[in-house]
Amino acid sequence: MMTSLHSIDSLRNAIREERTTAIAVASEYYQRIQNYDGEVGAFLTLCEERAMKQAGLIDQMAAEGQPLPPLAGVPIAIKDVMVTAGVRTTAGSRILDNFIPPYDCSAVTRLEAAGAVILGKLNCDEFAMGSSNENSAYRPVHNPRDKTRVPGGSSGGSAAAVAAGMAIATLGSDTGGSIRQPASFCGVVGLKPTYGRVSRYGLIAFASSLDHIGPFANTVEEVALLLRTIAGRDPMDSTSADVAVPDYVAELVKPVKGLRVGVAKEYFAEGLSPEVRTAVEAAIQELAKLGCEIIPVSLPHTEYAISTYYIIATGEASSNLARYDGARYGFRAKSSTLSEMYRKTRDAGFGAEVKRRIMLGTYALSAGYYDAYYLKAQKVRTLIARDFKEAFRWVDVIASPTCPTTAFRLGEKSNDPMAMYLADIYTVTANLAGVPGISVPCGESSEKLPIGLQLFARHFDEATLLRVAHAYQQAKSRLQHG
Amino acid sequence: MRVTDKDVAYVADLANLELSEEERSAMLRDLNSILGHVDRLSELKTEDVAPMAQVSGTFTVDPALSESERYGYPIRDDVKEGLRKSLPHDAAVKNAPDTDGTFFQVPKVIER
Repeated sequence: MMTSLHSIDSLRNAIREERTTAIAVASEYYQRIQNYDGEVGAFLTLCEERAMKQAGLIDQMAAEGQPLPPLAGVPIAIKDVMVTAGVRTTAGSRILDNFIPPYDCSAVTRLEAAGAVILGKLNCDEFAMGSSNENSAYRPVHNPRDKTRVPGGSSGGSAAAVAAGMAIATLGSDTGGSIRQPASFCGVVGLKPTYGRVSRYGLIAFASSLDHIGPFANTVEEVALLLRTIAGRDPMDSTSADVAVPDYVAELVKPVKGLRVGVAKEYFAEGLSPEVRTAVEAAIQELAKLGCEIIPVSLPHTEYAISTYYIIATGEASSNLARYDGARYGFRAKSSTLSEMYRKTRDAGFGAEVKRRIMLGTYALSAGYYDAYYLKAQKVRTLIARDFKEAFRWVDVIASPTCPTTAFRLGEKSNDPMAMYLADIYTVTANLAGVPGISVPCGESSEKLPIGLQLFARHFDEATLLRVAHAYQQAKSRLQHG
Repeated sequence: MRVTDKDVAYVADLANLELSEEERSAMLRDLNSILGHVDRLSELKTEDVAPMAQVSGTFTVDPALSESERYGYPIRDDVKEGLRKSLPHDAAVKNAPDTDGTFFQVPKVIER
């Protein structure tokens, strides 16, 4: 039975009223994956057994007339950097090709507790390192909107799965823009919450002080519902904050009139595509029409963010990835001594970008270079965080483009690491400062490629961030559909 | 050139990577290109700026409390109690490339 129920609310109601079943919905989505994913490449592993077991439990609850949890029967897929008990988890790397985790990531546990049906694991750049998904050790992901183009990265599979209708919502991770940039490239909504808002327990570590888990969906409302489900203190992650979780969905309906929206000139600088600029400026005008006050602000250290980010992120990565040595789990290269085992395992197990980042990070942390690079970057990080603190004295949210361009072609930047890194120029700042950021579709280029509007808010003020994003999305949909 | 062949060899050794000849020359080119960009950080005066290692120390701090209790990010409860739950033994060795069921087995450690 085809249901064509592609929003969380309509689907949950249909299951409650027994117009469909969670098992039928899951089967429909597996059929869609079979039909479309050959060309897209969003999924690495499917977990049908686990999905059908969960769907069966939901159907039983519906049949018994029990109240259904908020995500009952909702088909959701997970970026393959979050561990899933009994379901292969690779982080997009050969070094974890055969890894079957013994426990679940907290965010996944919370989704399932809320009734979600986990369909499978999503392709991504190896260890979440990349901006195009071309660094996956398995296969690149193709942008569903134009298959000759990248979906963005590193959560390319997460964005593409939602864009192609192969999951209603997905989880991704964002260390320098890895949720927001692919959301922008694929024309979906992607949220990076405040650092500490969502537990990182079970997230395979890339750069621990910058890593965040966050949701993707077609609407801000669905993203708000997912955030409400996965947010909050987790005793298993000491950096998860003990800060109350508001009802983000209920907060969406509050008016945005009178809110102050900052626009920073540093985010409209050289390198910004004219079409992206036009679309984002029009979106900001739309916010003004909704009664928001548009105020110029300055984030003067923005131009130093990429350099700061690549020193700090690679330094942390070089340390985090030291654990992949072939001794306890994952791939091991055949070798006759222990030191040879480490080297051969890592040489064969890691791809080019991961090795490049381990090398850069190790160099920046090594004796003689620590002060010039790592310590310097940590100090500039303070300046970038201060920029936001100062700006948020005057405004409630900051609006900008998510990316300087629309989705680029597969292969276009893969031989120039610095050009690839610059794709993250407008997103890395939020990771360095820890503030929440969201990307919402705000138009298309002449080539019909999606453009994203990015919004930032104060630490732990996702409620305001989502409210403004929702008001914008509603207004845009009224414009389009009359 | 900031980074030399010798640096690449030294850093690869620290990182437990071997790298082929081809990879080493690509690494030399890429590290120099990236660090060339990073050098712009020296334009900023930072003598009086405190380094920032993480976000968590910068908000949700309650000055009325002391030590780690001051933060909105307390020590993990299981760590505080000194009782970290371990994985069951069989689960811990299940993914091992080589095990006798009790220990992880690796090639000989002492080289001559």
